[in-house]
Amino acid sequence: MARITLDNLRHSYQAAPKRDEDYALQQVDIEWQDGGAYALLGPSGCGKTTLLNIISGLLNPTQGRILFDDVDVTRHAADQRNIAQVFQFPVIYDTMTVRQNLEFPLRNRNVEPSIINQRVAEIADMLDLTDTLDTRASGLTADGKQKISLGRGLVRSDVNVIMFDEPLTVIDPHLKWVLRSKLKELHQRIGTTMIYVTHDQTEALTFADQVVVMYEGRVVQTGTPVELFERPQHTFVGHFIGSPGMNLLPCSIDAGQVLFEGIPIRTCNSPPRDAVKGETQIGVRPEFVYFSQTGLPVEVSRVDDVGRYRIVEVAHGAHRMKMLVSGEQAIPQMSPKVDFNPEFTTLYADGWAVR
Amino acid sequence: MGRYKWLVPTIYIVFLMLPIYWLLNMSFKTTNEILGTFSLWPREFTLENYRTIFTDPTWYNGYFNSLAYVLVNMVISVLVALPAAYAFSRYRFLGDKHLFFWLLTNRMAPPAVFALPFFQLYSAIGLFDTHFAVALAHCLFNIPLAVWILEGFMSGVPKELDETAYIDGYSFGRFFVKIFIPTITAGIGVAAFFCFMFSWVELLLAKTLTSVAAKPIAATMTRTASTAGYELGLLAAAGSLTIIPGAIVIYFVRNYIARGFALGRV
Amino acid sequence: MSSKTTNQKAWFFVLPVVLLVAFNAIIPLMTVVNYSVQETFGDNVFFWEGVTWFEQVLNSSRFHDSLKRQFLFTGIILAIEVPLGIAIALAMPRRGPWVSVCLVLMALPLLIPWNVVGAMWNIFALPDIGLLGRTINAMGIDYNFTQQPVGAWFTTVLMDVWHWTSLVVLLCYAGLCSIPDDYYQAARIDGAGAWAVFRYIQLPKMKRVLTIAILLRFMDSFMIYTEPFVLTGGGPGNSTTFLSIDLVKIALGQFDLGPAAAMSLIYFLIILLVSWVFYTLMMRNEDQ
Repeated sequence: MARITLDNLRHSYQAAPKRDEDYALQQVDIEWQDGGAYALLGPSGCGKTTLLNIISGLLNPTQGRILFDDVDVTRHAADQRNIAQVFQFPVIYDTMTVRQNLEFPLRNRNVEPSIINQRVAEIADMLDLTDTLDTRASGLTADGKQKISLGRGLVRSDVNVIMFDEPLTVIDPHLKWVLRSKLKELHQRIGTTMIYVTHDQTEALTFADQVVVMYEGRVVQTGTPVELFERPQHTFVGHFIGSPGMNLLPCSIDAGQVLFEGIPIRTCNSPPRDAVKGETQIGVRPEFVYFSQTGLPVEVSRVDDVGRYRIVEVAHGAHRMKMLVSGEQAIPQMSPKVDFNPEFTTLYADGWAVR
Repeated sequence: MGRYKWLVPTIYIVFLMLPIYWLLNMSFKTTNEILGTFSLWPREFTLENYRTIFTDPTWYNGYFNSLAYVLVNMVISVLVALPAAYAFSRYRFLGDKHLFFWLLTNRMAPPAVFALPFFQLYSAIGLFDTHFAVALAHCLFNIPLAVWILEGFMSGVPKELDETAYIDGYSFGRFFVKIFIPTITAGIGVAAFFCFMFSWVELLLAKTLTSVAAKPIAATMTRTASTAGYELGLLAAAGSLTIIPGAIVIYFVRNYIARGFALGRV
Repeated sequence: MSSKTTNQKAWFFVLPVVLLVAFNAIIPLMTVVNYSVQETFGDNVFFWEGVTWFEQVLNSSRFHDSLKRQFLFTGIILAIEVPLGIAIALAMPRRGPWVSVCLVLMALPLLIPWNVVGAMWNIFALPDIGLLGRTINAMGIDYNFTQQPVGAWFTTVLMDVWHWTSLVVLLCYAGLCSIPDDYYQAARIDGAGAWAVFRYIQLPKMKRVLTIAILLRFMDSFMIYTEPFVLTGGGPGNSTTFLSIDLVKIALGQFDLGPAAAMSLIYFLIILLVSWVFYTLMMRNEDQ
């Protein structure tokens, strides 16, 4: 087990990258604590798989270092890093039984047979594989196969980190949450550092203590699920996490005041004294928009009932925004007005929250 | 060890190229030089051998004959194999397994066994010494092969494709031509390639079923070797020319070779 | 596969194939069977002979010798071509510009007419003007494939290796290409060595194509005719007279139709039997 430090990492798939756009991974500095459960979240093409491959040793980064505790492993091969990985599509050794699959990493490392037996029995029990130990691995269902690939990592006692690359892709929907809670339970039981790569926010937010959100080759925010929800540091986080995503409204700044269509809006972060550069926006989640007596005059353009609450789409002039209204609350018929909760209304400049 | 891995295919390819180089080398030499001296490359470079081939109709007609029956065979084999392969990949019917196995056993029939009966059969129906006779005879092993390859590719196409098309109101014929065939073009290409290959290289039957009018190029070469004594230069030139059609065909399918050679069933 | 529907009308789809193949297979086969049980002295006069020809062929030492030669030859070329083909496929680059170059060059021998292959090797191996023959003699080894049985065998086997190893390579390579990178990565993480990767990942994935390769190589080498006929003519003596060459000698050379036909049928049955046994063994292994 180890603390993992990614120091000043950049990676490009081109031989001689020149411009920033040539890099698949722009610039990453992360420190992951020993025993944590982390998720790497982002849309496809954001660089999360590149980052994963760099950590596992499949790729050599163009620039930067990877440290396990304080050992620089940047140039170490995959088998020297003591990592385990569960792939998107299950990888099992077809010709072996489940038991032989689980024994395989230990046999390759010349572990004593008695210890192998004991470890395999222990892990099989943990993963509910005991009944199938002596059947051919190729006959198992997708979730069983994923358990085997996880088991091959768990049997080793020297594993620094277990990585998951979209491990639930081929699992039947009704089994996804079973396997997910199994993972969560295992993490609590064995306490190995786990890194979970996914584009699914539900998976990331339910599995991880800390979620790293990536966008266009950069880490845009690292935080707990609550932080990502309440304090998005980048408009992408606001938009990508939450359903529906954050409302973004263009604004201007005049004499220290944030103005939307000439109307002053209170935000949790005040504009800096010197002029803000770039495009400025106000971000507010639909959860923090509510009807009030005073505020922004709007027209209600659409109401969707999704069960416990309704998603109401309103427009102020050409600017549309969404708000959540609970079931019992009435929607005003005559000249409705909306207000934002200033504590959760954020000012962004060029996509980043203004500090 | 991993660093020198490239040596293995390289040495192998050099081994493959040596006899071909020697053939080319001979084809540019005069008969005198071939018999008189041993040299690694032609000292008196000559195109005379090729000139003979391109001006003498008994030589160049051989090429047209070979290409003619190979192409006819390719078209027949693929056309009749398409519906059959579809039937095998989609339906269960009386005797289907036995039929499939019987077709494959024909691939195991030694041409030497059939040479004489074929001669008699095709003479009896008046097709002897025609392109059509050779094309039909090669169907014996090419049709089973084409059915087998196409069945492999078609089984990889989900059945839902057929059902969706019927729901959309396609008739079977329109579905087969407009939707199904375009989805298995790779398979058709591979099947056609194999038909070309086995028909182009086979000679025992082709020689037995022809005498003058449809004589394949490769058979013309045999004549040279036996009757005209040692016209090795001419023989080498003719041999070199027979490599070209194969090389062209391989070049076109080079991107499918890896998958195609697995006959769609890896 | 299990979703096939029963439909007897599917017979109409296979009918053209059945007619064409039956025309080519059944009529000639019946002719062969006919000859195999009769005696003719020309003029289309036939006498019933029963199993005489079969007994004669099965008891003739000539047939036994051809058959032994045939099995020896097929055994040798399988023992060389299969491991060699696997080794070359493993060493081939998996991606990059060299892949196409390798594939095209390797496939080349497969598309050369068979008698050209024989003629090419004849020219290549001749002791006086051939590169191979000249080189071997220059090394101090007396080599002349037209006169020495050992030399003839060596040349014939080398020619077959040259001609057909590529088929095994290409099939195995296709099998190897179907293995996702994840498998290699997982094996590295599991600490597997090169042998373990071969044994547990590459070999299982190659099994199907390898079965096809071995079957095709068995069948085609067992039927080999044109290449050795052009190269050695079956000689020196009868040393490279394989079954097909012997058969053609009897049928067209001596016009002994009865024995030739009986031999044809026995020959065909041997191929069928060996292929069937091999195929069932491979498939049963797979089911376990």
